[in-house]
Amino acid sequence: MLADVWLVTDKDLRIEWRSRVTLSQVVPFALTVLVLFGFALDANRGVLNAATSGLFWLTVLFVTVVAVARSTAIETADGARRALLLAGIEPAAVFFGKTLAVALQLLGVEILMVGGVLVFYGTTVESLPLLLATCAVATVGIAASGTLLGALVAGVRARETVLPILLLPLLAPVLIAASRAFDDALGVLAVDGWAWLGLLGGFGVVNAALGTLAYGRLLEEA
Amino acid sequence: MTHLGYLLAGWGVSLGCGALYAVRLVLRGRRLSAAVPAGQRRWMTSDTASVEEAGT
Amino acid sequence: MSAGTAGTGTGAAGTGAAGTGTGTMSTGDRRDEAATTGSRGTRLLGLGVLVGVVALILLGFFAAPADDEQRDAVRMIFVHVPSAFLTYTALLTTAVGSVMWLWKRSRWWDIVAHSAAEMGVIFCGLTLFTGSVWGRPTWNTYWDWGDVRLVTTLILLLMMVGYLALRAAGGDENAVATRAAVVGLLAAVNLPIINRSVEWWANRTLHQKSSLTDGNLEDLTLFTLFVGIVVWALFFVWAMVHRFRIGWLEHQLASVELEAALVQRRAEASAGSAEEASL
Repeated sequence: MLADVWLVTDKDLRIEWRSRVTLSQVVPFALTVLVLFGFALDANRGVLNAATSGLFWLTVLFVTVVAVARSTAIETADGARRALLLAGIEPAAVFFGKTLAVALQLLGVEILMVGGVLVFYGTTVESLPLLLATCAVATVGIAASGTLLGALVAGVRARETVLPILLLPLLAPVLIAASRAFDDALGVLAVDGWAWLGLLGGFGVVNAALGTLAYGRLLEEA
Repeated sequence: MTHLGYLLAGWGVSLGCGALYAVRLVLRGRRLSAAVPAGQRRWMTSDTASVEEAGT
Repeated sequence: MSAGTAGTGTGAAGTGAAGTGTGTMSTGDRRDEAATTGSRGTRLLGLGVLVGVVALILLGFFAAPADDEQRDAVRMIFVHVPSAFLTYTALLTTAVGSVMWLWKRSRWWDIVAHSAAEMGVIFCGLTLFTGSVWGRPTWNTYWDWGDVRLVTTLILLLMMVGYLALRAAGGDENAVATRAAVVGLLAAVNLPIINRSVEWWANRTLHQKSSLTDGNLEDLTLFTLFVGIVVWALFFVWAMVHRFRIGWLEHQLASVELEAALVQRRAEASAGSAEEASL
């Protein structure tokens, strides 16, 4: 099972690496959004500082839509889904494998974005462990629900528009929780960031569990 | 009566929406029923359905 | 993904096929067989709803007393609370229907889930509308980001709108049902998390803790509220029956069209082979 998970992750990451879509398109997209937020808020350091966490995670949500669409496209092209099923890999393993691949890519983008925020917004980090833990836990939840919804819209004709309207409201609690945890980690607000982390963990567990149960059905018929 | 404007807005929109939706349902039902052969109109006639809805 | 051709017509089919279908219907049907989704039961139910609405207006505007603090604005409770109640009833129905589709592959439950979601969107919209119109005179604001129930309900509305959009996007009937069922479950399962996140996010709720249980309401107000919930629930059932039948007819129409297409294809094929044989 674990070997199968890694097989799928490895496959997706390798395809990504060969096409370099994440590196050449998604990363520039994320940094562009961060810069545009700076323009929108009039380069006012005070406002930018107060809003950094929210802007950061909002950007992550946008990036997620792009990354999930890309991850789904890999599977839709050339009937690769059928091939995966025929290969005898358990749907749950496919789900976790793709989730992991999306999560690793998102994490990479997030690390670069943290750098961008430090440079452009003049942010300072108060608690690095909390910052990293938030990124890790939030990203797993985002990737799990994103992978599930990605498989779900794979056969829909208007999937480019349907995916965001399904995914973004679902990720609203992640935006709230991860932003507050970041507020604590960046020293913007005096809140208990670790408590928010628990909520993020709950989100991840619930959606990963649902994904594990439903993914097989979606691969089969949707 | 105080706040009459707010009350009329809230009640009016609620009842209005309900009425509009009801009319739409009935019209849509008529149009669709006409398009489906009589023998297949009720779900009771189908082999897949097992339960009969209350209130028929 | 396989049957894109079968599903493409379902949305537009209603209008397209309505004209052609009328000809095949025999005119001498019994009254009950006429082309409508109504029946004696729904007509009685509908009559009950109409009488109930009139009674609710009389009770709500004239019989129930004004509140000490909110004055007459309290009368909004009689439309707001029933809508909120039915929003969550609809969500629960959709969740149950989704589970039953995934578990038993019951078309009946699939249509029930779809019907309930449609009603959920309407009641949810009405809940938010009446809530903000009520909030303006009582809290002095239409919208408050700090109110847990308000914000949770808004996110719920967005998710249910997404559910309907997914349904409307079309495709193979079974695939659509499975996708929608998963989304319906996602919405229901995540609701507690959303609620908790919003609650922590802004710990300053304006909402009455629970108007129903704190005993602040006059007896007659409580009674009227109860009547409101009953009337709304009756309307819910009436609309569910009609909406369910529409869903069923759409399902039938899809198979009728599929059959016609198959017959045509077969005729073409046999004509082709006959031609070949004669050569």
